[in-house]
Amino acid sequence: MGTARAAAIVLGREIRAEMRTRELLQTTIVFTIIVVVLFNFAFEPSVADARRIGPGLIWIALLFAGSLMLNPSFAKEQSNDTIYALRMAPVSSFAIVLGKTLANLLFLSITEMVLVPVFSILYNVPVLAVIGRLAMVLLLGTFGMVVVGTVFSALATQARLRELLLPLLLLPVLIPLLFASVEATVGLLGDAPALDRTWMAVLIAFDVVFFTASWLLCDHLLEE
Amino acid sequence: MKRYGIANVVLAILLFFAGYAALFIAPDEATMHAIQRIFYFHASSGWAAMEASMIVFAANVVYLAKRNLKWDWLAVAAAEVSLAFWSVMLVTGPIWAHPVWGIWWTWDWRLTLTLVLWILYVAYLILRTLIADSERRAVFSAIFGIFVFLGVPLDYLSIRIWRTQHPQPVIFGGPNSGLDPTMLKVFFYCAGVMTLLMIFLVRQRYKLERLRYETEELRLAVEEQVDARAVGAGN
Repeated sequence: MGTARAAAIVLGREIRAEMRTRELLQTTIVFTIIVVVLFNFAFEPSVADARRIGPGLIWIALLFAGSLMLNPSFAKEQSNDTIYALRMAPVSSFAIVLGKTLANLLFLSITEMVLVPVFSILYNVPVLAVIGRLAMVLLLGTFGMVVVGTVFSALATQARLRELLLPLLLLPVLIPLLFASVEATVGLLGDAPALDRTWMAVLIAFDVVFFTASWLLCDHLLEE
Repeated sequence: MKRYGIANVVLAILLFFAGYAALFIAPDEATMHAIQRIFYFHASSGWAAMEASMIVFAANVVYLAKRNLKWDWLAVAAAEVSLAFWSVMLVTGPIWAHPVWGIWWTWDWRLTLTLVLWILYVAYLILRTLIADSERRAVFSAIFGIFVFLGVPLDYLSIRIWRTQHPQPVIFGGPNSGLDPTMLKVFFYCAGVMTLLMIFLVRQRYKLERLRYETEELRLAVEEQVDARAVGAGN
């Protein structure tokens, strides 16, 4: 079976499993909204503040939500022993990692579709005028996050304290991604919205480097 | 064994002389005076830390290719030593910065990058403590180590775009930069000795890791025998 088709089947399976309970989505969405609300109590930002530090808030909320949400991606295979079935399947390990990466990308994107409007309304930061470019920044940033996060989720699954370990591994590696995503978003929410080409290039470089790394290393990741 | 004893004594003498050279041979710096002398250890520790970090990456890659645990021992040894040298940088830097810049810390790109690397190697070592099986620990920490190393150019790039305040490089730094020739000699001497110290420490730590592995294997073998006997007695 081709990698693309196998990855699509893994993706379909992840979506089906999630649609049965919707546990992961509801928990992640509520978590990010709580972070956005707490931000107000901690900083009481004006509209100008919210435009300036809001992008940082959005990305920190997404990074934390991602490092919690990505944990069950492989942990659930471990606790249900389904990881053996996945390993035995006659598909490449890259197809499994890719399918799970795309599923995580989808779930986190859905979270963003709720998070961004809520942020925009609560802090009076208009985003509609730049929504297309903002979606592009969010997509590139989220993709980089889930590419690294899905691999690290498989690493953390085999360790003790895995729920604590995943953020500890993931967040420092995502530092360049945080820089690029936040700065690109700040550029879009300012008075003269513009897409910063330098930061977009850093984002794309991040995505390409780590997507290639996960492709090269996934055989080592899923071996018995 | 005796040969290493002599090598250790030689290294100790070289280190002692590095301290002497930094304090008494290097000329006084015009504006910063005595505090500038910390540079001979600060910058040479940075070199040693970078060299050790490259050993970690190389050992990670070779381990995944060859699957010989020796490379994993080398990786953990170099990672701990690089963390030690990054820590030396993070401690000596503020000691210098406080009198010269008037502040302990600033989010300049070099300081920020050093701090980020320090955090990444701490995460690498914590990951290792949380996986019990030695083969799995080796594979997973190698994957994480490679991800960390691949991120360094991106860290460098993004932090560089973001900020700059550190004194510009004075060695290989362009036409208008430059160090007094004696200062330069003392610096290269200190950097060389620090590299030797790094190699010495990695070697010691490597041997310790090998001993740990051997003890663990012996313990498992003894346990097996004890179990076998208990089963025999039961029958």
